Amino acid sequence: MTEMHAVLLIAVTALVTIVIRAIPFVLFGGDKELPASVRYLGQVLPPAIMAALVIYCLKGVDLTVMPRGLAELLAVAVVAVLHLWKRNTLLSIAGGTICYMVLVQWLFVI
Amino acid sequence: MKKTVQYAFYKSLPVMFGYVFLGTAFGILLQQAGYGLLWALAGSLFIYAGSMQFVLVTFLSSGTALTTAAVMTVLINGRHLFYGLSFVEKFKKMGKYYPYMIFSLTDETYSVLCSVKPEEGVDERKAMFLISLFDQSYWVLGSVLGSVLGQVMPLDFTGIDFSMTALFVVIFLEQWKDFPSHIPAVTGLISALVFLILLGPDRFILPSLIMTVAMLMVLKRRINGEQERRAEI
Repeated sequence: MTEMHAVLLIAVTALVTIVIRAIPFVLFGGDKELPASVRYLGQVLPPAIMAALVIYCLKGVDLTVMPRGLAELLAVAVVAVLHLWKRNTLLSIAGGTICYMVLVQWLFVI
Repeated sequence: MKKTVQYAFYKSLPVMFGYVFLGTAFGILLQQAGYGLLWALAGSLFIYAGSMQFVLVTFLSSGTALTTAAVMTVLINGRHLFYGLSFVEKFKKMGKYYPYMIFSLTDETYSVLCSVKPEEGVDERKAMFLISLFDQSYWVLGSVLGSVLGQVMPLDFTGIDFSMTALFVVIFLEQWKDFPSHIPAVTGLISALVFLILLGPDRFILPSLIMTVAMLMVLKRRINGEQERRAEI
């Protein structure tokens, strides 16, 4: 592959990515007032997207192979319990991540 | 100003761990594919999309056709289409920061920005810009580290990428608590699970979000009703 093709691959990927991110702003970012349905979606989408992103992060978990899935389940539970208990974002994330790292590095080594 | 910077830094901290290490992984992979520092920098400065950049490594090592690359990018990053909807009005008021805010709207930055609440002594717009800027700095820093250090990592960081999952879980819980209606969260969750089972891990996210948007439109009256009822109590 030529170097030029590599540069073009990066350029195309960058361009498509920014176009996707810009579409809502191009469509609704003008001086006109935001359509009511878009305003509504803007309000209700964040919780729905957050749920989808959690699943997106866990999509690679293979439930058919032991003990995969268990480490993720336990670590997500630790995050949730810590957060409902202390409501400290950094503590919840650090606690869950350390728990996950310990689990996959020492306990559930494949 | 100082308080704004502190606030933005604190808000961006959860992203730091994940981005530095995932960025490093990207730098290492790219290095192994034969593309050094400048390539890593170009990827992280101009593309700036986590999972997409890992796919880029395979594009580069297999000489993928440009049209294929474009289609793959739409499939993988298409979900970002919906992120701007929540920030059209806020970003518009951000003047010179407006283009950068749109460019840098990754999954993680979007999530953190969703959790920004007005606070005494904090300039909200500046804080939002700084959060976006800090996040990308972590990502670029990681890419550079990975590219330069290669595989000479002093410690085993396997599993640190879970911090991104944890971030989404935390913000999900925050929104569950703050949001008057739980229908949007449950809709998003069920739709993602159903499409994951139907279409598999590589293709489910975009169709699932489109279905979520459709369902939320159908359920609009009910969700608004719940919101008003909550407001009355």
